[in-house]
Amino acid sequence: MPDTVSALNGKTYAGFVDIAEAGLQGMITLRGDLASAALAKAVKAAVGTKVPDQRRIVTAGGKSALWMSPDELLLLVPYVEAPGIAAQLSESLSGEHAMAVNVSDARAMFRIKGAKASQALQKLAPVDFASLGDDEVRRSRIAQVAGALWKSGPQEFTLVSFRSVAGYVMGLLESSARPGSEIA
Amino acid sequence: MSTRLARGGRLIDRTKPITVTFNGRRMAGYLGDTLASAVLANDQMMVGRSFKYHRPRGVVASGAEEPNALVGLGTGGRFEPNQRMTTTEAFDGAETASQNHWPSLEFDIGAINNKFGRLLPGGFYYKTFMWPRSFWKHVYEPIIRQSAGLGKVPTDRDADRYEQAYAFADVAVVGAGIAGLTAALGAAKAGKRVIVLEMTPACGGRAVVDGITIDGQGADAWVAAAVEALRGMDNVTLMTRTMATGLYDHGYLMAAERIADHTPGDGRPKQRLWRIRAGEVITATGAIERTLSFAGNDIPGVMLAAAVRDYVVNYGVSIGDRTVIVTNNDDAYRTALALLDAGLRVPAVIDARANVTGALAQAVRDRGVRVLAGHGVAKVHGGKRVTGVAICAQAGEGAMIEEIACDCVAMSGGWSPVVHLWSHCGGKLNWDETSAMFRPDPQRPPLGADGRGMVRAVGSANGMLTADAVLADAHAAFGSGAAPATDAPAEAAMEPVWIMPQGAGPKLRMKMWLDPQNDVKVSDVQLAAREGYESVEHTKRYTTLGMATDQGKMSNINGLAVLSNALHQPIPATGTTTFRPPYTPLNFGAIAGEARGEIFQPLRRTPIHDWHETHGVEWEPVGLWRRPFCYRRPGESTEAAVNREVRNTRQNLGLLDASTLGKILVKGPDAGKFLDMLYTGVMSTLAVGKCRYGLMCNEQGFLSDDGVVVRLSEDSWLCHTTSGGADRIHGWMEDWLQCEWWDWKVHTANLTEQFAQIAVVGPNARKLLEKLGGMDVSKETLPFMAFAEGTLGGFDARVFRISFSGELSYEIAVPASQGRAFWEKLHDAGQEFGLMPYGTECLHILRAEKGFIMIGDETDGTVIPQDLNMAWAISKKKADYLGKRGQERSYLASADRWKLVGLETLDGSVLPDGVYAVAPGVNANGQRNVQGRVTSTYFSPTLGRGIAMGLVKHGPDRMGEVLDFPGDNGKIHQARIVDQVFFDKEGAKNDA
Repeated sequence: MPDTVSALNGKTYAGFVDIAEAGLQGMITLRGDLASAALAKAVKAAVGTKVPDQRRIVTAGGKSALWMSPDELLLLVPYVEAPGIAAQLSESLSGEHAMAVNVSDARAMFRIKGAKASQALQKLAPVDFASLGDDEVRRSRIAQVAGALWKSGPQEFTLVSFRSVAGYVMGLLESSARPGSEIA
Repeated sequence: MSTRLARGGRLIDRTKPITVTFNGRRMAGYLGDTLASAVLANDQMMVGRSFKYHRPRGVVASGAEEPNALVGLGTGGRFEPNQRMTTTEAFDGAETASQNHWPSLEFDIGAINNKFGRLLPGGFYYKTFMWPRSFWKHVYEPIIRQSAGLGKVPTDRDADRYEQAYAFADVAVVGAGIAGLTAALGAAKAGKRVIVLEMTPACGGRAVVDGITIDGQGADAWVAAAVEALRGMDNVTLMTRTMATGLYDHGYLMAAERIADHTPGDGRPKQRLWRIRAGEVITATGAIERTLSFAGNDIPGVMLAAAVRDYVVNYGVSIGDRTVIVTNNDDAYRTALALLDAGLRVPAVIDARANVTGALAQAVRDRGVRVLAGHGVAKVHGGKRVTGVAICAQAGEGAMIEEIACDCVAMSGGWSPVVHLWSHCGGKLNWDETSAMFRPDPQRPPLGADGRGMVRAVGSANGMLTADAVLADAHAAFGSGAAPATDAPAEAAMEPVWIMPQGAGPKLRMKMWLDPQNDVKVSDVQLAAREGYESVEHTKRYTTLGMATDQGKMSNINGLAVLSNALHQPIPATGTTTFRPPYTPLNFGAIAGEARGEIFQPLRRTPIHDWHETHGVEWEPVGLWRRPFCYRRPGESTEAAVNREVRNTRQNLGLLDASTLGKILVKGPDAGKFLDMLYTGVMSTLAVGKCRYGLMCNEQGFLSDDGVVVRLSEDSWLCHTTSGGADRIHGWMEDWLQCEWWDWKVHTANLTEQFAQIAVVGPNARKLLEKLGGMDVSKETLPFMAFAEGTLGGFDARVFRISFSGELSYEIAVPASQGRAFWEKLHDAGQEFGLMPYGTECLHILRAEKGFIMIGDETDGTVIPQDLNMAWAISKKKADYLGKRGQERSYLASADRWKLVGLETLDGSVLPDGVYAVAPGVNANGQRNVQGRVTSTYFSPTLGRGIAMGLVKHGPDRMGEVLDFPGDNGKIHQARIVDQVFFDKEGAKNDA
């Protein structure tokens, strides 16, 4: 296996919250009829969860399924398992109108950790964090780029962006988490 | 003189002295002062000069309506022009400088304009600078530009940082006076999520200055308790120092929070711009006092009555020892009482009303002050400072009855509700005859997404001008039970006074200022009316009324009342000018927020970006990407580097980072049908493992994008797009699938960033790949336009045998996270074959030598494939494709369209880019006729001369003809029409 490097190779920043590029994460885009039994069965086999409801994330045994749109899920799996699981999904859904594709390398993932984690994000995304559910995924805008985020712990958010703009997103997070810029 | 009193000042902390400087003079103040109160405490009454006549200007107001007191604040990277002294908090070490004067505030050359005031009436600019036309550019514009603008432009980069933040609320209350606090308490107790925005550091508004009692306690105590209650509620956010600047559709409220304006350099952001989405907005924005129009009302020392009261009560600052009060309403009597309480003299109250009966007036009479009912000010004496007033009958023409010496005149022409936020998004106003003011019409509010009103005005902002009415109105918004009770005395009706005295002649009217900053007088507005200006919007622009930096907050109503009278029509028939955001000026830094420096704009980086950076790259922006233009070696020029890269790729081996190319996966039972509609050619018949070049057009038939399509499997295709086109084409596909062909079974995924894509190009390309090993890349197994997937040198690779250079070429995609390692492996292993990386300019030259078109060079949104002789890429068999019908329209099907040809200069030089080929004669506009233009032009290192492509009328039929291309400085470039393929016409190298 050749050297594999995530977009920012695990870069971190300690501001009023801790920011870290989370390294390589397996991600599979699954498109199809989310209401179909075949897809539900394939998702169960691939990540061990049910098909999430609108804007929800479901997790089981370190793997997750995230609702992205009415016909699209994002599956989170260990990086090395992603190609195999994508192939398995394609295989099991071969009779269906569905698409499973490995997009692990197209993305960057960040963790934002700390009591005021939502404040760092509140400056970048038009998201109402007070009403964001514990199991809710929000696809939104991170300043000038697309992103998705959710609560991944009691004081932790996970944010996903496209890989090419990982440096920009890190710059944004460093800027918004700078000590002294806490929202009172 | 203006000075600090020994006692008083509810907003200042006398235990915390500070020093500010004004034009270099050190002045003592206290924490809690505004810049205005600090300099007034030091007898600095004159703070600037007016825009047109350079007349002395003093502080008039105590809030956002202040038109005169603007200064440059700070130095270097923290210098800001046009800072309003009345709303800017003073801090220790604040350096301020007055504006619009030369050489000094005290002695100003520009004041000579004042002497010629009769020559500079309203509309002066329009009248004078119209003619002669040629004078505009060389005489008038430079003069106007030099005299225009009040503040200096900062010269240094802003040293501070700014940010923005989003917030959400059921109810946003703007203003934390007693109305706002009452409404906020009601909403909060009803369980709403509430945000309260207060522009000043302290809550309470006017009520605390006026000293009323609420629910049996002083307003101060009531406000403190209300603020404490709100701060203690989880569903309430109370923000001070936060100015709501604009209201937009769907309850989108913009507010600027001053975080470190008063503590510069403490490490916090200077300002934060809040972008609030509110279910409902309550405007409790209060009211602004109006001036009175009497002669000399612009002389420093003439101030708004409530402002004089504010300075005494809030800051312990007296404007003068002897203050004459001029009014048409009861409220101004509160100023008399406040001044008397502070031990100052009030020689007289001049009241324009014939009968003065109110309780407040009686209280003033009881303190031994003369109240001159039915009187007015004929004229204010003084130059840089008030020295006295001449009194006349309000009903007369201004004959002096007596003179009263004084050093301050406190005027009140009534109050105007602050209706700006209400009006920003379409709320309508009614004219209230009784109080002579525009107030929100509750029947015509701004409408939200649900078609219902999204704003309610409460308190003074709703036209309630007494405390009991304010509290009742604000309480009714959300509260139940009884409203807070108050003891504020009843007030007698005001009487509209638009000119004082009412029969004033031209001489007096020329000295009655409406807009003191822009020097617009009563006479100017009347002149505009006589000259036929009937629309208030036109009059505003003609006279510049209300166009000063206070945006007409003080002058607007008086100005349109004067205009209405001159037009002999009622005020509502004239209407108001448009209220536009922002309410007060916004700092550019706050608007930009975090978007500056490194994060001004997203920069897209390929997985190999950092390698380029350390290998002499010269960058070229491509969309938001940076792509290597070329790699310069030490001492090498850009041109030399490009030529070296071209020669080396043709002779040995080149390496290109092509990761930015769009890669869109299209899959499904209907994918073939879908692609046949999108591309002009046929993609459904492509064999698995094969590649085909395709063109995409928009519905009009014009070329939109191009690229190689690969059939990955029976039901999936990979569509390569241009680097700049990836997101657009993906969106285009989804648009058609979601909106038009929603029943077609097709899925797409944009995999552009999933892969690093590297082009290995040149005669030695195969040798390098064979050295890496793992895949059979021979001509037999992997012929031109074929595709294979496997492991190459240990990397998960997709190898496409495609070429954009005419050379033997492989494009290899590996997962992005392996991209950097794969590039380095190729780079190292390729050294023995003469490998050099090359950039986009080399890529362009290689493709131009082969006559390949480039989207964006040969196309510009008006070019169809047929223009580029690419009929071969258009299927004749297909019933339809996007653009087909467009291309059948007569003009696009015409044989007279300009078509692609090669161009070769007679002398071997390089044609300038974009030049036109001229034709005989001139067109209807007298311009030279043209018959073609250059679309791509380069120096070809391979051929040793300039090569170009261009679109020429009937071009392919005119091989060998020489065209004239006029360039700069009269030079005419001559070029011959040739075949567009300059190099390896038979394609032997490609097929090696």
